Amino acid sequence: MAERQTVDARGAFCPGPLMELIAALKLASVGDEVEVLSSDKGSVNDIPAWVAKVGHQFVGSTELDGYWSVVVKKAK
Amino acid sequence: MSKTILIVGGGLAGTIVANGLCRQLGAQLRSGAVSITMLGASDTHMYQPGLLYVPFGRMREHELFREQSRVLDRRIHYYVDPAKNVDVEKKQVSTESGRTFKYDYLVLATGSRIMPQSIPGMQEAAHWFYDLEGARKLRDALNNFQGGKIVVNINAPHKCPVAPVEFTLMLHEFLEGKGIRDKCEITYTYPIGRLHSLEPVAHWAGPVFEKLGIKSEIFFNTESVDPIGKTITSMEGSVMPFDLLVTIPPHEGAAVISESGLGKGGWVPTNTKTLHREGSDDIFVVGDTTNIPISKAGSTAHFEADVLIDNLASLVQEGRWAREYDGKAFCFIETGFSTGTYVWFNYQTPPTVAPPSQMLHWFKLAYNRLYWLSARGLL
Repeated sequence: MAERQTVDARGAFCPGPLMELIAALKLASVGDEVEVLSSDKGSVNDIPAWVAKVGHQFVGSTELDGYWSVVVKKAK
Repeated sequence: MSKTILIVGGGLAGTIVANGLCRQLGAQLRSGAVSITMLGASDTHMYQPGLLYVPFGRMREHELFREQSRVLDRRIHYYVDPAKNVDVEKKQVSTESGRTFKYDYLVLATGSRIMPQSIPGMQEAAHWFYDLEGARKLRDALNNFQGGKIVVNINAPHKCPVAPVEFTLMLHEFLEGKGIRDKCEITYTYPIGRLHSLEPVAHWAGPVFEKLGIKSEIFFNTESVDPIGKTITSMEGSVMPFDLLVTIPPHEGAAVISESGLGKGGWVPTNTKTLHREGSDDIFVVGDTTNIPISKAGSTAHFEADVLIDNLASLVQEGRWAREYDGKAFCFIETGFSTGTYVWFNYQTPPTVAPPSQMLHWFKLAYNRLYWLSARGLL
């Protein structure tokens, strides 16, 4: 059964939201979703761009109270 | 009634915590009110950052090691008997030899390990310096190397995030010293869209790499390595030939963590400030073992350990909390064989890179010796 996990990378200078997402996707199963919380607005563009390159699925992003939630589904 | 503090893991984080607790809980240890037990995997303690120097012949193997019994305070009950299962309900840890240890407070310091076997072909074709055997093989490969394409390939997640940059700059100087730099092409690959996860380090490294003729490819996450065709392929679709592949393999946490159901991949969900395991007030997590989204590095482990020592000692002695971890990390960065710099940051303060200097390089060399004072809880 598909799972959803949240990686709270708000305020993380190193390794940062995209690196945390890459690490989380390696441990996830196909169909699982990973939600990344990021205080870096750049994640809203960086993450979908990388996800498209490697063939995962960008589910969506939402602006919350001073941070962004970006959700990705592991597709392969 | 006597309180038992059980520390699982005998690396940097566990050792600093154990020795630091001994310094603060002297009276309780003397009276028998507290006992400290540590479970580790080896009777030797390795200074892991020293592995960076081994491939270049700049640190001898024996300089990396001390007997763990000489590093640890004598009041610590140390067992070379790795944990096999952690049972948080029964508050006990069982070991590979079949012993069972009960605890009142548990410190998880099981660290991380490289997983080259998780990428097809990597173990067969690549070199690395993140363990002693790998560093030895890389030393031999570099000594025999006469020219060609070298790929320095970084994978996520990995510990000691500045080490790949340090290695690349030291490699450039090594090849120059050998008189073959003009016969070599160095290409550095990185998983995200810049040269380093720390933005100021990435901005600093860009022009330095360009000046030194070091090529780079960003958004490169290794999918496979072909040991026969000598190519490395990324998930992003890039294929790169190599004559020598130096990789920072992806890391995972300890198997005992995932097998005990304490965290996927061996990373334990941890409160970013208190360092408690999420949902437990008697279990602390320190060093690479946490899932806190900050650098997995020796300095992080050290600063976390300092906070943990104060809190655990305060809890035992006074039943109160001392302070919170602020996310502090500090990393020296070797920028070659004769200059160095550093970067530091915490949860609130963005990182900055100091101008490289000879003095900072000497400071790093001095710290390579001073580390043993840190491990003993003196520095």
